[in-house]
Parts: sequence; C-alpha cells; structure tokens
Amino acid sequence: MKTFGVLLKNELKLNIRNMNMVIFAILMPLVVLLILGIICGTKPLEGRAYTFIEQSIGALCAISICAGGLMGLPLVVSEYREKKILKRFKVTPVSPLMLLGVEFAIYVLYCLVSLITIITAAMLFWKVRIGGSLLLFLGSWLLTMVSTLSIGMMVGGIAPNTKIASVIASLLYFPMLVFSGATLPFEVMPSIMQKIVSVFPLTQGISLMKATFLGLSTGKVLVPILIMLGVIIVTAGVAVKFFRWE
Amino acid sequence: MQTAISVEQLTKSYGRKMALDNLNLTVEAGTVFGLLGANGAGKSTAIECILGTKVPDRGRALLLGKNPRKDRRALFQKVGVQFQESDYQSEIKVYELCQEIACLYRAPADWKTLCERFGIGDKLGSSVKSLSGGERQRLFIVLALIPNPRIVFLDELTTGLDAKARRDVWKILSDLKSRGLTIFLTSHFMDEVEALCDEICILRKGKTVFQGTVSEAKARSCCDDFEEAYLCLSGEEEIGE
Repeated sequence: MKTFGVLLKNELKLNIRNMNMVIFAILMPLVVLLILGIICGTKPLEGRAYTFIEQSIGALCAISICAGGLMGLPLVVSEYREKKILKRFKVTPVSPLMLLGVEFAIYVLYCLVSLITIITAAMLFWKVRIGGSLLLFLGSWLLTMVSTLSIGMMVGGIAPNTKIASVIASLLYFPMLVFSGATLPFEVMPSIMQKIVSVFPLTQGISLMKATFLGLSTGKVLVPILIMLGVIIVTAGVAVKFFRWE
Repeated sequence: MQTAISVEQLTKSYGRKMALDNLNLTVEAGTVFGLLGANGAGKSTAIECILGTKVPDRGRALLLGKNPRKDRRALFQKVGVQFQESDYQSEIKVYELCQEIACLYRAPADWKTLCERFGIGDKLGSSVKSLSGGERQRLFIVLALIPNPRIVFLDELTTGLDAKARRDVWKILSDLKSRGLTIFLTSHFMDEVEALCDEICILRKGKTVFQGTVSEAKARSCCDDFEEAYLCLSGEEEIGE
C-alpha cells in the first residue's frame, strides 16, 4: 500500500508537470462548458423540463474520460516500455498489476477532478440541477470511465511501440470524442450515424449518464451496462494477460 | 563459501547471429566478478539472460539458488541492477527517482546517504536530465544499491566518470564487498578490473575465451600488463592488423 502511495504521488507529479492532461482533461471540458453556456444559457429546451447544459453534463464529463483513457493512458504505458523504464522496473520486486494500477489511478483522478469542476461550475453559473439521481449518475460515470480507461490500458499494453500506440489512440480518440456525443450532440446526428456510433462504449456511457442525470426513463439500461461491463472484462483481461515489460 | 550466481550452458542467438555461446560460470558470494569483451561480444546479452529479462535459447542461470524468471519478485528484493542503457521518466527529479525505487523494497538503504557517498548529495532537487553524464552514471549506481542487495549487477559501471570519481566508486564498491556484497560487473577499463575483480571471464563473439583471475590472464598471455593481456586474450589486437 505504501508502494502504491509513493508511486502514485510521484507519477502524478510527473504527469501534471507534463501539462497535457491538465489541458485536455481538466481545462478543455470547462472551455466547452463555457461555450455551451454562452450559446445556450439557462433557458429550458422547448417542451422539456431541462436546459441544454443539463442535457450535456454527461457528454462534458466524457471529454476527460476520453482524453485520459484513449490518449493519456495508452501513450504513457507505451512510452515507459519504449524508454525501457519498464525494463528497469522488471528487475525490481514490483508487479505489473501495481504499475498499471498506479497509472490507471492517475487518470481516474483526472476524470474525478473534471467531474467535480464541471458540475460545480455548471451549478454555480448556469443553475444546473440534478433532475435524476446523483447516485445512479455517478454509477454510470464510473462504468463509462472504467470501461474507457480499460480500453486505453489494453492499447498501451499491447502496442509494440509509442508510434503505433499513438496511431491507435488517435483512431479511437477522435471518432469517439466527436461522434459519441461528447462534443457533437448525439441528437443532431442522422439516424444512420446514430446506429453506427452506438457501438462505441462511450456512446452508451454518455446516454446512460444523460438519462440518470436528467431523471429520464432509462429504458433499455441493460444493454449499455452489459456492453460496458463486457468491454471492461475483455480489455482489462487482455492488458494484464499480455503485459510486456519490453 | 556460498554460491551467489551460477550459470550453466547459457546460449542465446538473435536470428542467425550467435550472441552468447555456452556460457558457464560460478560466482562465490562476497566476490567481484568481471565480464569482459569488446562491444558486441555478448556481455549485455549475458547479463540479461542471467537476470531473466531475456530468455536464453538454452541453459540456465540461478541467482542465490533461485530462478530469476520464476522467483522474480522475491529474488529482486535482494538483487540490484544497473543497466547499460538506463532511461528515466522525462522531467523526473533525482529525489523522486530515488523515492520511486526505494518504495519498491521491504528494507531499502537510505538513499540520501548513498547519494552523498557518491557525490551527488547536492543534486537531489535537480532534474535527472540536467545532470552531467558522470553524475547520472553515479545516480544509476546509487539506484542499483538502494535495495541493500546481496548481489549487484553493474553494466559498464564507470563509463563517463572522471579519474577521481572512478577511484571513489572503486573505494565504495571494495568497502561494500568487504561487507559481503557480491558484485557482477562489465567494464572497458582494465585498471578498474585489475583493482576490483577476483575473477574474470573474457567473451569474444559470444564465446568464452578466458576464465580465471587477473594474474592467471597475465600468465596465460605472457604479458606483464593486464591491458595487453586482455587485448591478446580477447583477440582484439588482430582486428587492427
């Protein structure tokens, strides 16, 4: 436990020093919130009991999840392998699970900070309130985050080098960021596109977060939950099973 | 005496290139063993096969009687390693790197004292990349000693160090040896090998061409100077001809 604490503290410091995640996971969602706030204000949507911002909270929380899980995590793991930092760890008593766990926890913290800042800012400046259940919303958020971070851990774990990891990360990051509803609202997409992007676990996560935040009927919750749980089990399993030190 | 390292028939090839051919050696606890040879002679491959970071095609290596691949986590509590090409997290500071390594062990040495002994005690707050080559090399020796190891592997131990720093490192290592530490090193400096090593093994293109003490090497090659003896035995002189 002490090992985990020291590694987490130091690796987090290094990560913050790097600034990438501070910008993409913490500041960027706030900027998007600000823009939405300026454009859409606090008026409820026509015929609805909630505002556009309230409807977008889930999507805004997905931006940091996307940045951490599909950019940060795979790149840091593959970079450590390529720079032979993992090889140095291999000749120490540390377990792969500990190292992956520490990096995983760092991105969980980023997502958590982003969640808190987004909801606090939205409540303070745009009178956002939780129409649904906070607990169910946090549950959906957790599921979305863990499934997305697991994908990232798998990519970082199996990509042969940083270059390929970065290509795979971009191939996952940009489509998911744009099309899963994190930036472009799911509602405005043509129905054929909606069908295609529904296979992203992030799309499922965002719709679940949205429904629980607004208190809408969650309808078919079983399918998204199963999809995300499936993703977690498969990708985390692959990441740990096929972990390579170099 | 107890055996610290035992290597039997260790063989490794990369594709068609034979990197290490049937290496056999035994290192007694509390002694210093030097693995010598030209660049590309197979020294690093040998170290990696012994440590289990590379899988040999044939043969086996035991450290403290244990298999480093199977008993990795228990074994590396007591074995310290300095690799030839060591990298580190960009932007990491000296004290952070020491902390990160120290926290992995049950009973680590006091890394601040170690840094002071190696003359980098005033660099703890500097970023590792801002250190000079010699300072960085000394830091990586410190990292290998943080576990309070019973065996330490030092690959090209004093490369990049000035004459004074090399002497200081020798003194510290001799002191640690007198307290029972087993040292396995590779080096290109024959004065260093002569000063430190109880036994040496010279590799040439992966094959063992000499194994014994420094004075045996001199006797075998009929050279008074150990560097001459090394060049003669390792066959490096022929390359120039």
